Amino acid sequence: MSETNIDIEHVVEEEAPPGVGGGIGEVLRKNLFKDVPNGLLTILFAVVFGYLAWKAFGFVFNNQKLNPEGELVDAWRVISEQLEFYMVGTRFSDTGISFGQLWAAIYLLVFTLGLGSAAPTAFTNPDVPKMTRRTQLGIALPPVLAGLVLLSMTDTITPKVLTVGLVAPFLLGQVAARSLPTALHLRKGQIMAVLALLVVVLESNLSPSNIDRFGGLLLTVNIAFISIALCFPIGVIMALMRRSSFPLLRPLAVGYIELIRGVPLITLLFMGQFAIGFFLPPSVQDTTLVRSSVLRAIFMVTIFSGAYVAEIVRGGLQSVPSGQTEAGQAVGLSPVTVTRKIVLPQALRTSIPALVGQFIALLKDTTLVTIIGLFDLLGVSDPILASPQFQNQGYAPEVYAFVAFMFWVMCFSMSRASQRLETKLGVGTR
Amino acid sequence: MSTTAPIPELRSQENPPLWRDVRVLKWGGQILAVLAVVAAGFYLFNNVVTNLEATGLPTGFGFLDGKFGSAIPGIDDSADFSVQKAFGAGFVNTFRVILFGIPGCTIIGIIIGICRLSKNLAVRTFGTIYVETFRNIPALVWIFIVHFALAVPSLPQITDEVTPLDAFVVSNRGIGVPWLNPDSTSTFFGIFSLPVVFGLFLLFGLVAAWGVTQWRARVNAQTGDPAHGGRWALGVFVVVAIIGSFVGGNALALDTPFIDGRQVGGGLTIAIPYFSVTVALTLYTASHVAEIVRGAILAIHKGQSEAAYAIALTNFQRYRFIILPQAFRIMIPPLANQYLNITKNSSLAVAFGYIEIASIFSRIVNNAAPAVQGVVILMFLYLVFSLSISLVANYFNRRLALVTR
Repeated sequence: MSETNIDIEHVVEEEAPPGVGGGIGEVLRKNLFKDVPNGLLTILFAVVFGYLAWKAFGFVFNNQKLNPEGELVDAWRVISEQLEFYMVGTRFSDTGISFGQLWAAIYLLVFTLGLGSAAPTAFTNPDVPKMTRRTQLGIALPPVLAGLVLLSMTDTITPKVLTVGLVAPFLLGQVAARSLPTALHLRKGQIMAVLALLVVVLESNLSPSNIDRFGGLLLTVNIAFISIALCFPIGVIMALMRRSSFPLLRPLAVGYIELIRGVPLITLLFMGQFAIGFFLPPSVQDTTLVRSSVLRAIFMVTIFSGAYVAEIVRGGLQSVPSGQTEAGQAVGLSPVTVTRKIVLPQALRTSIPALVGQFIALLKDTTLVTIIGLFDLLGVSDPILASPQFQNQGYAPEVYAFVAFMFWVMCFSMSRASQRLETKLGVGTR
Repeated sequence: MSTTAPIPELRSQENPPLWRDVRVLKWGGQILAVLAVVAAGFYLFNNVVTNLEATGLPTGFGFLDGKFGSAIPGIDDSADFSVQKAFGAGFVNTFRVILFGIPGCTIIGIIIGICRLSKNLAVRTFGTIYVETFRNIPALVWIFIVHFALAVPSLPQITDEVTPLDAFVVSNRGIGVPWLNPDSTSTFFGIFSLPVVFGLFLLFGLVAAWGVTQWRARVNAQTGDPAHGGRWALGVFVVVAIIGSFVGGNALALDTPFIDGRQVGGGLTIAIPYFSVTVALTLYTASHVAEIVRGAILAIHKGQSEAAYAIALTNFQRYRFIILPQAFRIMIPPLANQYLNITKNSSLAVAFGYIEIASIFSRIVNNAAPAVQGVVILMFLYLVFSLSISLVANYFNRRLALVTR
């Protein structure tokens, strides 16, 4: 439903829509207990389902729990004592990257996000409705919540200060974006890409063997980011091939896309883990690049999401009216120029929200690397739960609740941001 | 009189040189690209053969006849299975997940999708919370939560004997539910075993039910009497099933589960891994289905609802006869996509030992079977699922599509 700038007060004067007007009690009555069936529904959903949810997930609000021996223990000890492992994995100290460097990368990333979230006043489209409170809350609340949870999980002062300090680079990024001169604003995409590359350089020194030693949240984010960056060109090329007039290239693209989309990611990860070595000549099989299971996983995830990105871009290409191509041809542009300068920019602009959706799906899919034995955010909980101090203590609910919460924060914020992007780009309304 | 202007000389009609001829460039480029792909394929294939031979692994598919070597829970004699038969069992187990998963996620998804559009604040909030929680947490994390955080800690030990209504057994060794138990030892005039006879009756019942709906539709078209196809079909099916039950040796008699030492015996035992995977995937996929349903309902023109109100249909009738039939038309393609997703996600059960196709694969690879061929079979089996779901979806899509000019 499209949001329009209706003067609410004016509407209320004419005729109050149901549920608007009156005091809080009146609003609640109209929305919850309008008549008997309505009231019964309210009770069913609020009370019954609320109770069930509380029974199943209420434990997340308990600070203490009974262990199997009947002793009262700190329920979140399993997170707070092992927080480092959840964040960077067990082998991070072998990488030679200091925590300071990692924090710098995070600060730069947040600055980049801030840069992307604002624009100079001259470039804000007056036709696009202002962000509602609800949307702002949807995007900002989850990271704030995550920050609070992480703050409560650590006792050392440095990470606490640094976590709170993350607000600064974000605001700085927004200020910078607002005061960007026109020439730079028009190249903001490139600037952000360079900054993103810088983030990757900072956090990994661009060394594959470092990435191989990552774990926890750091590994999850790395797999997702690197895969989406690498699969994008594959997707665009495959989409162009599938839409092209080359009868010999089309089946190649169709074959790739349909084969990959027809099988689950786990089969591809298995292939990467067990079978990929057989496809390579013996001479390269002992190199770090091939031996690293993380890199093999990234390779297979890239191949996997390439097919999905291709379908999204194909949708975008189809939405560009053929008149655009014809106009390009009419002014004598070569087919390559028509595609590069006229069709692709429009197609990609339409596909951005769907691409963000695909990125969210990819982030969720990275959990599958747990199955092939990597220690990502989900996988790292396995050795922690099996370690002597937490074994058979019934800590599984807390661990998986924490992992689920971290994923929820990332995915929910991103999906809300992508909805906002959709309004901003006017997808479907032009 | 006007003089005709001199006709300008036409540009050369000769073909351009080969290296500038668009047709040659186009086809040459394509052929080169195809050749490159074929060459790469040959190179990789050659590598596979060399590497397999170097490590002493078989290059063909002969390993399928070899022994699988470990037991599959819930299937007798599975320890003696060949790899081929084990893949078959895995296929059945994958099928069992989607057998409940697909109807389950559709029903829950439709309910939640309608909830999200409710005028009641509590119902709407419930729908929103459901969708936003389930959609934004990965399926695998949900499977772990349901299995390790909810099912395993809360299910009672088998020795505690929790038997609600005396008809169910709830324990950490499995959930027993009453189930039909046809007498499988005797035969029907020495030809079929009795369960097969009962199965044939059920099949016949389905055909008869279909036939009766066709007949009612014709009656409705000719006389205008209400068709009531669903009621007729159900009635015919139940009658046939009851007759079949008598012929097939009292097949409809319920067999209640009981605790048999440290196992659940009798009835139908739902293994806990199966339960966790199916429940988690159903709830997870339902959140996606709910969004599809919501979108489809919102896409139905408001006038349809207003017309329904105008002829005084109840809310239920409005959804059942006006909104949902039209929404289904929009929903089918994305819904089919979700069905494919739940099928593919069923492979996540490999994480804790529910034996489906992917688990069979990871086991045989650990038993020194050639991984390349294993992956080929794995992909083939999943493609079978994907293609059959696509075929069915396309069929319905064509049938329900609006016939336009």
